[in-house]
Amino acid sequence: MGLSEKENSSFPKETETRVRPGSQLAPENKTTESAASRHAAVKTTPKKTRSKKRADKAADDHTGNYAARITPKAYETLVPGDIPEFEDTPERRALVEKRKKGRFMRRLRDWGIFTGYLTPSFLGVLVFFFLPLIMLLFTSFQKSPTNTDFVGFRNYERVLTNDAFIAASKNTLTFALISVPLAVVLALFLAMLLNSGLPGKSVFRSILLNPMMVPVASVVLIWQVFFSYNGVINGWTAQFFQLDKIDWLKSQYAQVVIMLLFLWKNLGYNMVLFLAALNAIPGEILESASLDGAGPVKRFFAIKLHYLSPTIFFVGIMSLINSFKIFREVYLLTGDYPFDNLYMLQHFMNNKFTQLDYSLLSSGAIVMCIVMIIIVGVLFYAESRFDSDVEE
Amino acid sequence: MDAELRKQRRLAATKARRNVFTETVHPKSYFELMTDEEREAFFARERKRSTTALKQRKIRKTILTAIGLVIACSISLLALVPIFFTFLNSFMSSDEIISNYSVIFQSMSGHNSSGATYLSRTPVLKLIPEEVTIKQYTTLLFMNPAYLFKFWNSIILTLPIVGGQMAVACLASYSFARYRKKRREVLFFSYIILMLMPFQVTLVPNYMIADTLGILNTYWAIILPGVFSTFAIFLLTKYMRQIPSGYIEAATIDGATEWQIFTKIAIPLCKNAIFALTILLFIDYWNMVEQPLVLLTDTELQPLSVFLAQINEPEIGIAFAASAVYMIPPLLIFLWGEEYLVEGISRSGIK
Repeated sequence: MGLSEKENSSFPKETETRVRPGSQLAPENKTTESAASRHAAVKTTPKKTRSKKRADKAADDHTGNYAARITPKAYETLVPGDIPEFEDTPERRALVEKRKKGRFMRRLRDWGIFTGYLTPSFLGVLVFFFLPLIMLLFTSFQKSPTNTDFVGFRNYERVLTNDAFIAASKNTLTFALISVPLAVVLALFLAMLLNSGLPGKSVFRSILLNPMMVPVASVVLIWQVFFSYNGVINGWTAQFFQLDKIDWLKSQYAQVVIMLLFLWKNLGYNMVLFLAALNAIPGEILESASLDGAGPVKRFFAIKLHYLSPTIFFVGIMSLINSFKIFREVYLLTGDYPFDNLYMLQHFMNNKFTQLDYSLLSSGAIVMCIVMIIIVGVLFYAESRFDSDVEE
Repeated sequence: MDAELRKQRRLAATKARRNVFTETVHPKSYFELMTDEEREAFFARERKRSTTALKQRKIRKTILTAIGLVIACSISLLALVPIFFTFLNSFMSSDEIISNYSVIFQSMSGHNSSGATYLSRTPVLKLIPEEVTIKQYTTLLFMNPAYLFKFWNSIILTLPIVGGQMAVACLASYSFARYRKKRREVLFFSYIILMLMPFQVTLVPNYMIADTLGILNTYWAIILPGVFSTFAIFLLTKYMRQIPSGYIEAATIDGATEWQIFTKIAIPLCKNAIFALTILLFIDYWNMVEQPLVLLTDTELQPLSVFLAQINEPEIGIAFAASAVYMIPPLLIFLWGEEYLVEGISRSGIK
């Protein structure tokens, strides 16, 4: 009794020896011992998958890590014969060596295949994307392209105190911060509307996907017709509400007009993504929740949102890309120097390019890169956290 | 004997204490207690209640559906109006368009150096032309060779980029999807950052690289960076990660080589995604504006997207027809492959 108690107390600590209590393996039997101990180590030390305890437990349950769950009493019933034991013969050694070599060759082959498939893309990206970024980093520390003196962070100081840069980044940020969430929420709303048993769902879907196809020049023409000073919208407001005419693209509403364009163009695509995600939610869970008395609001926030989270992140990233791409339309609509609140970072860089102020341009670009890496990193970290929740 | 008896008594006492009845009430008895009239009344009441509840629910549902339909219809109307507007107006005669819309461009400063003139006038928005002609199209296609050249430029820029990028992206995303390791994830993350970067960020170095490669002011200056853009890799990797590993394992056991797994399993399974991506990429590069403006200084080489935006103003008479012709290839592709597009897009968003 006392002995077993002692064993009990010492059980969690002695991970190495506990699997082979009565093992007859000779200590000089090196290869087998290391194999066995590795075996034991793998089996007994609880896998640290994530820092969360619950994840640990779940992982143990699912991966069949039974050793972590064996109680001491049950453990006593394990006999030495249960543990595979290998004799140290030359053949066995040769086999182990061969296997080691095979494993190495396989890893080498895997690596080779991975690299082989990636090479074309990687070379191109290296030349056309990474190399430019590195050059950018260099020029951002130089006085000017002709005078390659190292000036430290002088360029960054200049760009961060530059009024145009500050205004541009403020505008870009505001635009992204308002339009991206709006695009996500409206698209989700539309998708849920279409998914709530509305007749002609697929017709609406293809109609809403249509604006994505309209080329930029046509969009620009249409927006000019509707939103210029003598445009159609102003005509209507003057006719029906006796309002004063506004030059939409040169007023405080300019950003709203562009946001409208952005939403018009991208809602369909986002909505299709959300429709698919909504259809992928298992119906039993929703049904059982509604039987348990969960209303539509509760069901949405407790269940649907959880399943939709990967899609929300994906749509968010795609909308972010598209919110940068909207510059094309803005540029074609308003030219190099638009109204103050439409002056985006892209305008800033374009203008600095035409003014040949490369050092300012490159330091501004690097600042933008860093901000973007932080934003995307945070998004991805959040996504991985949410994903782990869903998997549990 | 005594013990047995005692046990039974104890059981009975326990049951009595706990109010446990072995006999259950017969379900019929509730109704049997009622008289016939009462029963009739009861059933009538219940029937009425349930029918009204059903009716109410039905009415509520119809109202909600109607509201939903109204919202959906209005939004789809908003989505469709511009397209119809362009096509319908493209059948107007040039004079009519000029009389309708020239006021619009008098008030714009966009590319006009003379600045905006704020003459307060109202344009006439017409959807149905007074006389239907295809004169705009004939002027555009037969009198205006520049337009056709630009159209050809657009095609010759777009198709190689789309094809090349798809080929490169298939290979790269297969490798990203099949072999996931920490370091490769870092590389993938950097690809995503590159995808998000606006073109202007690397504008200067790109210009310099094109200059050193000697491809500045040729189509290659746009095609080469386009081919290696990482957008397709991001989407396709997400899609390829959904391929069940069991398929690949089974193929390996059956003795398939890596290339066979790639061509016979991965690519066919991603057919929809590849198709959808091709359409997305086509639209994206069909609409290129910034790259040609900077990298192609020769206006002869510039694609339609740049050219069209510039002729909107001086040649409003044929602008609508030009827009319509420009819109036709993407719309045709969309109508042709809509099903694949929807399928391909939808699967890319789910994990």
